[in-house]
Amino acid sequence: MLSEYLSILIYMILASGITLVVIFANKLLGPSRPSARKSAAYESGIKPTGTARERFHIRYHVIAMIFLVFDLEIAFIYPWAVIYKTLGWAGFIEMMIFLGILIIGFLYAWKRGAFTWE
Amino acid sequence: MGSPPILAVLAVIVAKALVVIVVLLTAFAYMTWLERRLISRFQVRIGPNRVGPFGLMQPLADGIKLFFKEDFVPAGADKVLYYLAPGLAMVTAFTAFAVIPFGPPDVQLFGVPLFQISNPNAGILFVLAVTSIGIYGIILGGWSSNSKYSLLGALRSSAQLISYELGVGLAIVGVVLLAGTLQLPEIVKEQSGFFFGFLPRWNIFVQPLGFLLLLIGATAETNRPPFDLPESEQELVAGFHTEYGGMKFAAFFVAEYVNVITASGVATTLFLGGWQGPFVDQFPILGPLWFVVKIFAFAFFFIWIRATLPRIRYDQLMDVGWKLLVPLALLNLAITSVIVLIWPSLGGGS
Repeated sequence: MLSEYLSILIYMILASGITLVVIFANKLLGPSRPSARKSAAYESGIKPTGTARERFHIRYHVIAMIFLVFDLEIAFIYPWAVIYKTLGWAGFIEMMIFLGILIIGFLYAWKRGAFTWE
Repeated sequence: MGSPPILAVLAVIVAKALVVIVVLLTAFAYMTWLERRLISRFQVRIGPNRVGPFGLMQPLADGIKLFFKEDFVPAGADKVLYYLAPGLAMVTAFTAFAVIPFGPPDVQLFGVPLFQISNPNAGILFVLAVTSIGIYGIILGGWSSNSKYSLLGALRSSAQLISYELGVGLAIVGVVLLAGTLQLPEIVKEQSGFFFGFLPRWNIFVQPLGFLLLLIGATAETNRPPFDLPESEQELVAGFHTEYGGMKFAAFFVAEYVNVITASGVATTLFLGGWQGPFVDQFPILGPLWFVVKIFAFAFFFIWIRATLPRIRYDQLMDVGWKLLVPLALLNLAITSVIVLIWPSLGGGS
């Protein structure tokens, strides 16, 4: 089992090595003539105004929170799916109750307009 | 026969990893070529045909050009994150491919299967987990660039990716229910044989809805048109990579195309019988060939819909993700779990 993750680690190290080489070769080979105008943020050719790290819409937070709930739900479903055939109908009923509770929350979020983007 | 020498095993693992990385990089280069040629044909143009025969050297020329571009950091950018983001995107894109089997597992050298980097018991969960880390590459790149377009692109992109991840995650559960395992080689093995003597025992015929949901979700997860809102050039210039140039820009593109290959690989493995095809039992070397043929079909499909469908609006995107994909995937999950209990031999598994 451990050797499986060792292969992934070796593969990741090699992939990271190639990525590093490619990005830093570009740094060595390319010219470097920075100027104030060149390094200004691109705003369609006009002088950039204000900060770029603007406030953003609250809806992104709502989506992220609902995502967390459902992603955890999926994390519960996977192990259940693997041993489902040995669980039988009892497993089916249990999962339907679990999903039912979550679907009530999902419908509530839907009715409150969490997924509606204007 | 004793256990094989540890150095030989390590050498095989390293060589295999290097070959896969080089093949993926080449596949990336020629997917850009294929995309430009095909899109041109769809639009009654010719496309790049000057560099080498049929323009085949075009990706190489583009790559060399990008090496000699200025290594540029915008003012006010977070320099560490600005460099980290494209690297993170590229490495996670490569890593996600690690668990996908592209040939029969019994082809081994020193006890190491040659046609798969690694076969952890988490299998498909590993792909989902690693592709989620890829979102960090996009959001860090957008945030660190200190540009309004980049930040907006990154925000939209991350909201889109997490929304569609749910649909994809739930759509795959149907296959796991049938197979009773997360390991991809096992899932492929259970798709061998035929229904009624002629129809390949592929999961697409058992889980058509799941396949459709995965296909839509994968298109959105890889930021491909018609879901390419993060890069909608009319409104956001280039989205999260507006301020990137040179090889850092290329790294984002490597990530995108390798993700397309991985998504095609996952769809092939889960629904189209993976490396299985005629004569694989006699000649195991045909396995990777069938796998590449199926990946190519997906690549063609992704390019085709880019040429056909217009980009959807952001509110439509969120509607499709949350109000269509998630409920349908839950429905698919419920139906599949009933069918599996009524007809346990359907998936072929234990």
